[in-house]
Amino acid sequence: MKFISFIGAFLLALSLSASAQGNLEIDSPAIGALQRSMQQRHTQLAPLYTSGAVGLAADGTVALRDASLVPLPQRGPVAALIAAENADRGALYREIARANGHPEWEADVRKTFAQRWADRAQAGWWVQKDGSWVKK
Amino acid sequence: MSPSLRNVLLAGLVLAASACVTINIYFPAAAAEKAADRIIEEVWQLREGANAPAQPAAEGSKP
Repeated sequence: MKFISFIGAFLLALSLSASAQGNLEIDSPAIGALQRSMQQRHTQLAPLYTSGAVGLAADGTVALRDASLVPLPQRGPVAALIAAENADRGALYREIARANGHPEWEADVRKTFAQRWADRAQAGWWVQKDGSWVKK
Repeated sequence: MSPSLRNVLLAGLVLAASACVTINIYFPAAAAEKAADRIIEEVWQLREGANAPAQPAAEGSKP
């Protein structure tokens, strides 16, 4: 009897590993909400990427690259914008790992995103590579 | 089934099952890249024609 149940567990593990191959689950309500929030914020962030004030950091966040490009009265709001974006990004990486049943994947998800944000950044935007900022 | 044969089979299954678990725990890098691209396209509105209106009918079409 124990043997039979073991075969059952074996087959279950086999089917689980097969289902994990294809795609990563990104359609959870939490991920959708983060995506929409970031999409709305992007209209405010895009000019900052273009001016070079804000760049795409190597850890999958956005960072204030050159504060002197931001007019003094704007610096507070821009800092808040960056903080809000990074909070969403951190939550996004965590939620994707969780939605796929592997919270320990968070760091790998973050690394993958950091690479893809940098790869897909528009020409003229600044991305961080090996610790230094590079203009695309 | 003799007890020793049963033990050998059990050991084999344990080995095979643990191999499967190893595969399952391994981070699916290619799938993650695809997922990242889908989200980035959405956040940065990169998809070509995603917001473009449908093409109007050809002007030279006959009535």
